[in-house]
Amino acid sequence: MSVFLDFEEPIADLFEQLEKAEKTASKGKVDMTETIEGLKKQIELTQKEVYKDLTPWQKVQTSRHPERPYALGYISALTNDNFIELHGDRNVKDDKAMVGGFGDIDGRSVMFIGQQKGINTKLRQFRNFGMPNPEGYRKALRLMKLAEKFNKPVVCLIDTPGAYPGLEAEERGQGEAIARNLMEMAQLKVPVICIVIGEGASGGALGIGVGDRVLMLENTWYSVISPESCSSILWRSWEHKEKAASALNLTADLMLKNKLIDGIIQEPSGGAHSNYDQMFAIVKREIMKHLEELDRIEPEERITQRIDKFCAMGYSEE
Amino acid sequence: MSWFKRAKSGVQTPTKDKKETPEGLWYKCRSCKHVMPSEDHSGNLWVCENCGFHERIGSIEYFRILFDDNKFTELNRNLSSGDPLKFEDTKKYTDRLNSSQKKTGLVDAIRTASGKIEGNQVVIGCMDFNFIGGSMGSVVGEKIARAIDYSLKKKVPFIMISKSGGARMMEAAFSLMQMAKTSAKLSLLAKAGIPYISLLTDPTTGGVTASYAMLGDLNIAEPGALIGFAGPRVVKETIGKDLPEGFQTSEFLLEHGFLDYIVERKELKSNLAKLLKLLKN
Ligand SMILES: [Zn+2]
Repeated sequence: MSVFLDFEEPIADLFEQLEKAEKTASKGKVDMTETIEGLKKQIELTQKEVYKDLTPWQKVQTSRHPERPYALGYISALTNDNFIELHGDRNVKDDKAMVGGFGDIDGRSVMFIGQQKGINTKLRQFRNFGMPNPEGYRKALRLMKLAEKFNKPVVCLIDTPGAYPGLEAEERGQGEAIARNLMEMAQLKVPVICIVIGEGASGGALGIGVGDRVLMLENTWYSVISPESCSSILWRSWEHKEKAASALNLTADLMLKNKLIDGIIQEPSGGAHSNYDQMFAIVKREIMKHLEELDRIEPEERITQRIDKFCAMGYSEE
Repeated sequence: MSWFKRAKSGVQTPTKDKKETPEGLWYKCRSCKHVMPSEDHSGNLWVCENCGFHERIGSIEYFRILFDDNKFTELNRNLSSGDPLKFEDTKKYTDRLNSSQKKTGLVDAIRTASGKIEGNQVVIGCMDFNFIGGSMGSVVGEKIARAIDYSLKKKVPFIMISKSGGARMMEAAFSLMQMAKTSAKLSLLAKAGIPYISLLTDPTTGGVTASYAMLGDLNIAEPGALIGFAGPRVVKETIGKDLPEGFQTSEFLLEHGFLDYIVERKELKSNLAKLLKLLKN
């Protein structure tokens, strides 16, 4: 790891010590084995400690950690690169912020779809920071329909700071594109699993988020607005993002408590970015488990359950 | 007698039924500044006689304009918002709700009702922008869902009049999920082959545009309405330059293929009646 969040400072210090110890060891004059082992253990303990009680805002920070795995990282690991990426909405263009394609997961074909962020400055631009345009949502829908045609389940990996609020996005009907997906996803005949792997910002996230199972990784957020925008609108200043993050109840545990998602996926003790292999293994296991459950339900019944679930969401009084 | 005159005569009901503009006796057009007696303005369905500007009106006015003899049965009238998150910014959400209820006399930002348009049975949902910016929270979603259930049960067309700044932030993800909920319900209506007409009025933005407002079998709009996903200020900040003239207006959306047509308020009832008959016969 090379990038540390402010609250990860104790972990960063230990990594620095570890680096020094390893450098000394590489010179071969002193036996550092014990020190290195001790530091590694201490790192693990400190990660556990730091990540035990993250505040909602710290979870938002973690969800945006630049070294966090993104959609294509998951897809490539889950399928052992047995994956064919498919492009384009057959209409306007290929949206680089939304990726998808057929992949093999333990001998089973799955349609993977996800918002994709870039892994470096250049790619972040190329991926439009994970903010899809309407053609991204239309590409996603095309791929879902393709999956339905060949009776393959759909797995959506949600990670977006929002649908792109640009001029051309408006011209090409950003609202219509998302709305269409919500309605069509409700009626998909194949199993749909949606996992928030990073940021779940509003309609841009929900646009690929109507599933039989909606799961959130432990350190992600999902809400109607980002804490920063919420702060600037309701408090008229960007200063109150921490307060807004708490007020929005946007963390996985609170989303589950409010019955707005179906489950939480645990992350490695130092967050998804601290141990990719472990994170990918956990996500794979979860996908397989839920697919098995969903396989046992008849398509029409699955659709009914899916719709009923979303229709039960809300809180009103009579 | 044309429906227009009937609507006009409806205005001559006792004053307590009237939803007068805040200016009292006189109305000053927000667009061309033309001043006219409020009575004439409401008689003209709150459209400026000089420039045709369509003033924002609420469910009381739309129901009066659309339902035959202003007769209708309101559905789930008493459904009201809770405060599941105990949300508080500079104000408590419950205080916002209470003061909005007092100010507007409404329970939340939508009313739903069943009645007739020139003899055609319909269910209409109509949003009220006066109520916390017409924001969509659990009550708006639930009332729309139940209105659609009613349409399904009675096999009558559903008309939704949208007027909203988007999802209600104070209900966070509860309000977000109303987008999925209403869209899922609409999928059932579509499957049953029951018409859904979406009327977009000024303004329709955010999560409302990204769900039921854009999902009509027919999407129609009043002239000059602001319609978009992102608000114009956000788009302007994103692109870092001024927005083109007429951006995100009804006319802009019609041009880009997202509306079936634009209808003036004075034609609204007769147009919907014509359309309903064409869909039925
Ligand atoms: Zn005027």
